[in-house]
Amino acid sequence: MPTEHLAEAMMKKSFHKLVLGVVGLSALAWSAVGAAAEGHNSALQLARNDVANIASLQRGARNFVNYCSGCHSAKYVRYSRLAEDLELSEKQVTDNLMFVGERIHDTIKIGMKPEDASHWFGTTPPDLSLIARSRGADYIYSFLKSFYLDPSRPTGTNNLILPGTAMPHVLWELQGLQRAVYDGESDAEHNTVHKKFKEFELAKQGSLSPQEYDQFVRDTVNFLDYIAEPMQLERRNLGMRVLAFLIVFFLFAHFLKKEFWKDVK
Amino acid sequence: MSATMPEKGKMAQLVDWIDARFPMTRFMKEHASEYYAPKNFNFWYYFGSLALVVLVLQIVTGIFLTMNYKPSAADAFASVEYIMRDVEWGWLIRYMHSTGASAFFIVVYLHMFRGLMYGSYKNPRELVWIFGMLIYLCLMAEAFFGYLLPWGNMSYWGAQVIVSLFGAIPGIGESLVEWIRGDYYISDITLNRFFALHVIALPLALVFLVIAHIFALHEVGSNNPDGIEIKKLKGPDGHPVDGIPFHPYYTVKDLVGFIVFAMVFALVLFFAPEMGGYFLEHANFDPANPLQTPEHIAPVWYFTPFYAILRAVPNKLMGVALMGAAVVLFVFLPWLDRSKVKSIRYRGWLFRSFLGAFAVSFIALGYLGLMPATPTYTLAARFFGVIYFAFFLLMPWYTRIDQTKPVPERVTYHAH
Repeated sequence: MPTEHLAEAMMKKSFHKLVLGVVGLSALAWSAVGAAAEGHNSALQLARNDVANIASLQRGARNFVNYCSGCHSAKYVRYSRLAEDLELSEKQVTDNLMFVGERIHDTIKIGMKPEDASHWFGTTPPDLSLIARSRGADYIYSFLKSFYLDPSRPTGTNNLILPGTAMPHVLWELQGLQRAVYDGESDAEHNTVHKKFKEFELAKQGSLSPQEYDQFVRDTVNFLDYIAEPMQLERRNLGMRVLAFLIVFFLFAHFLKKEFWKDVK
Repeated sequence: MSATMPEKGKMAQLVDWIDARFPMTRFMKEHASEYYAPKNFNFWYYFGSLALVVLVLQIVTGIFLTMNYKPSAADAFASVEYIMRDVEWGWLIRYMHSTGASAFFIVVYLHMFRGLMYGSYKNPRELVWIFGMLIYLCLMAEAFFGYLLPWGNMSYWGAQVIVSLFGAIPGIGESLVEWIRGDYYISDITLNRFFALHVIALPLALVFLVIAHIFALHEVGSNNPDGIEIKKLKGPDGHPVDGIPFHPYYTVKDLVGFIVFAMVFALVLFFAPEMGGYFLEHANFDPANPLQTPEHIAPVWYFTPFYAILRAVPNKLMGVALMGAAVVLFVFLPWLDRSKVKSIRYRGWLFRSFLGAFAVSFIALGYLGLMPATPTYTLAARFFGVIYFAFFLLMPWYTRIDQTKPVPERVTYHAH
């Protein structure tokens, strides 16, 4: 009967509306979560690194060994894995990336004792194996670019991203030294000045140009991103193949189902 | 087929031999080839079989993880990284397990919502529903214990916060918390016992409850989107006229559903295993540190609706009680619902509005539980919390006076 069909159609419609509503709201909540997560990191500069760029990873590995691994270990990262993934021969790795006495299957450790580190820096420099996963590549990129002169600090520099950091500006010879420039707003009522960070200006020229320094930091961050999850390229690669298989499998299963369900009236 | 395969005659003989000693064929018939399921299952009916698939996935990947994981405070974090880096395919197994945990909850939440929409908890399926709720409780415990095992900083502090909730119970609270931890703080001892509970106690309980859930379901028969008892109308062959054998019809249909699910699963697993910090939290890539709390402690997303309710209540004990109630109230649905019809299709606007508002408040609370508890957010959590509880507590009233529509004799089905 037509009226019954109409009623049924209307019921179906309102049901679909309910489903759509729930799905829509979930999507809204999801995007809000995403927006909030992004908003949290809005002060960071984008690292724009690419873990598929092997040359960049090789430069990053060199930078890491020359400038980071004096104090920071990467105790889950094996040299042999680096050789394989960075397309270097074992000899290249042994000669350029490893300290004397280390073997190819060792992980990247440091000689500095934790007690000494605490004594010298007031804290132990963190292991960097997973730093790109716990903080994010953008964070490290911004951190390494945000050291500025601050005579009140024992190291002579402070950091805009991690104020009061115990880490000295180890890359100062490359970047030079920068001053933080603020937009001052004097607040006579409270006898103080509200400072708002405006920009950095170079106080002392380094051996690299600003562009070269950016690239240096980007390569280093790229390497840290890679060591945090060495299988990430392999993961995406396998993912494409799994999806391709599932699409083919889906077609077969779909037509099989159609064939069987022909008899359901 | 290889040459060692017996002839068909031999195979049949073997089946007879087994059937004389074990009810194999009868079992297959009762639960598959002669289990008559309504023919009008829709999209929402995939999630039951998918939950079973995810359970198997978690158990199998869990077995392989256990082969290389070390349940000690000194080694746990490093052993997970060892699995991720040095064990062949270890990363794949670990990501399957971590993605599987969230997938389990997504699938189970959709499965439960299906039950709410079509009144699957109503007479005669009360026990199916209660077994299901027990599965859900075990699943929450299983997820909570498992979350400590990577021994990341969020693992540590999440366990610290949740275990300390028991301290709100008057009188025995503090001693109870000590008893659970086995120590004065979350320590190696706690990790060891959580490991035992995660890998044997709860999986065992889960498997038994799933069997009970399916047996109870197959005893009474499946509900369907129309909420009609298909057993009431049987054909001359003695089978329900609106029923079709589960095998092969639903096995092939569920296979299609499984492949679509596997695609979504693969998209997360291979391209966003952290899911933006919601499936694997960023702070959990720092090892557990009893001296340093993470910037912002929040449970994993699947607990946040209840966490938001907990935080919305100013009194700690009341908060814990309401959080518990928010989970346990589901058990009483079969008796709270006074409606004569099961399915939302034949219910009136009152039930539809309450169910819609409930779904919205569940998602909203889930969102709020992830956010820091600012005054505005707390106020919002209270608002949605009231709606959440109103759905249950006002149910006897609104389901009784709701204008229902006449339920047809036969299920709605259009042949494709």
